[in-house]
Amino acid sequence: MKRQLPIAITFILGFVLTLQYFIPHRSFEIVYEVTNIWLQIIGFFAMILGILSLVMLHWDKIQYKKTNWGYSIVTLVSLVGITLVGVIGTEESPAFNWLYNYILAPISATMFALLAFFIASAAYRAFRARTIIATILLLAAIIVMMGRVPIGSIISFGIFPKLSDILLNYPNVAAKRAILMGVGLGAAATGLKVMLGIERSYMGSD
Amino acid sequence: MSSCIHRFFNRSAILFLVALYLIPLAHVKCFAQENNSSPSSGIITVPSISNLIDTPNDHGNSITITWKVGSYDPSFVPMGYVILRSDKADRAYDSIGFQLIGETSFVDTGNLLNGKDYYYKLRVEGTDVLSTLGGPVQASGQWFHSGKMATFVVTVLFCVTVIIVLIFARRGREFYIRPIAGINAIDDAIGRATEMGKPILYVPGLGSASEVATIAAFTIMGRVAKRTAEYRTRVIVPCYYPESMIVAQEVVKSAYLDAGRPDLYNEKEIFFLTQEQFPFTAAVNGIMLRDKPATNFFMGKFYAESLMLAETGFEAGAIQIAGTDEPIQIPFFVAACDYVLIGEELYAASAYLSRDPMQLGTLKAQDWGKAALVILLIVGIISASVFGIDFFIRILDVNVM
Repeated sequence: MKRQLPIAITFILGFVLTLQYFIPHRSFEIVYEVTNIWLQIIGFFAMILGILSLVMLHWDKIQYKKTNWGYSIVTLVSLVGITLVGVIGTEESPAFNWLYNYILAPISATMFALLAFFIASAAYRAFRARTIIATILLLAAIIVMMGRVPIGSIISFGIFPKLSDILLNYPNVAAKRAILMGVGLGAAATGLKVMLGIERSYMGSD
Repeated sequence: MSSCIHRFFNRSAILFLVALYLIPLAHVKCFAQENNSSPSSGIITVPSISNLIDTPNDHGNSITITWKVGSYDPSFVPMGYVILRSDKADRAYDSIGFQLIGETSFVDTGNLLNGKDYYYKLRVEGTDVLSTLGGPVQASGQWFHSGKMATFVVTVLFCVTVIIVLIFARRGREFYIRPIAGINAIDDAIGRATEMGKPILYVPGLGSASEVATIAAFTIMGRVAKRTAEYRTRVIVPCYYPESMIVAQEVVKSAYLDAGRPDLYNEKEIFFLTQEQFPFTAAVNGIMLRDKPATNFFMGKFYAESLMLAETGFEAGAIQIAGTDEPIQIPFFVAACDYVLIGEELYAASAYLSRDPMQLGTLKAQDWGKAALVILLIVGIISASVFGIDFFIRILDVNVM
């Protein structure tokens, strides 16, 4: 029963929601809306479990003074602080907005800005001409980079931008579409395996 | 006698005046209702409702009106048309919308009941001139989206193919699956972590638990966790969604039970971090730099953080295996990881690892599906480019609106 019931639920919901994609009738829209509401309810309770997990993990680190336990204090203080500000003053309160706009947003932006350096360091390794394939990759990268900057166009009399467009519009798009075709069929097959109960490892079983 | 004559002329004069007043009014009324009267005030031909249908491929409560625009003197160009609706042909009409003069259709979605008769007219803005009467028409919900026919047929064909292959697999037919380096390396990567006495980091992506890529990540996680249980190696699983955390805990717990080592399972190693993209990235990077896992797995949905995670892992000296179905992120993983499961290989991992004939069968069905698509593409390209036949383009046309 522990196995059959989840598989039955998965099959029925999977089948109905697949049909729903092809049926615009209101009755099937209601099914979709209701399942979305269920998902939100599950998400809410899961969030409680998630926060409990986070608190327990960091409380444990603080309690036993594990390595870097100071960061755990920062995490818990931030968690409690922003929750209190949000609950007491609502989401629209100036304090909550201030915390979001002047702490969380700049931190996230800083993190995102680091991507440029990560790209530079990864590109340095990826573009070393050690093999024929790596050399082709390096040449393609040079062409695309030169095609995207004004100086590339000037020094090559407009050839780099054209070559860059050819590389991006033909081999690149062809490869992407090939991957997407495989992904589409793979996703459909995986969905079918889950619905038919062939793939059960997401339930914690082989 | 003279008074009689006088009275007669007076009455005639009054009647004449009344008639003079009524004639234009009658003219306008007649023009408004029948629409075939002579043009007035710059209108040469009045607009006429050419098509009035229940809006296709929707849940109902909507009617689409199409009309032929009128023609006007250059001195008089109206702003547009007022759309009028009534539930009885001869009752008062309510204004329900306005369309500019160049438009020729309007979708009425305002408080319509399915199965009820409605009538429509257009009024030329700034005049009393009305179009032909349109209706009755009823709104209704459709039971099939005709614009998705191609998707439906392909889905049914694919499902039938999968089921046929599964029947073959059940009968004991063996299928050849090409070696996938990334999956073959999983055991070696776990072995490396065990030898080094360091933990394994498994990130199941930033997708929700309901996404196929995340489900595929869970299936691989089960295999990885089973091995880590056998080798007594720690596995750390930071999660982006709390739902993913719950599923991941269940998957790892079951894997430890299957491996006969439930005592080694530590729920606190599978934890929720945050649902913010870059704070999550920062936290995972922190784990990589502090705990120095020997092996990193990045499986599932990844976005802009893919390279940050993979580069940090590389800097920390870990062997890294990544898998994602996001085509844009694949080059980043290729640049920074040791092995990458590209697109569908992520979905294939579970079947590949289990060697279960039923699962392998679905992989074979995928291959057939791909072969059919490639043949269809080649035939379609040749027929459209060389012979100018757009049959394949039309049959595969999908309109999701």
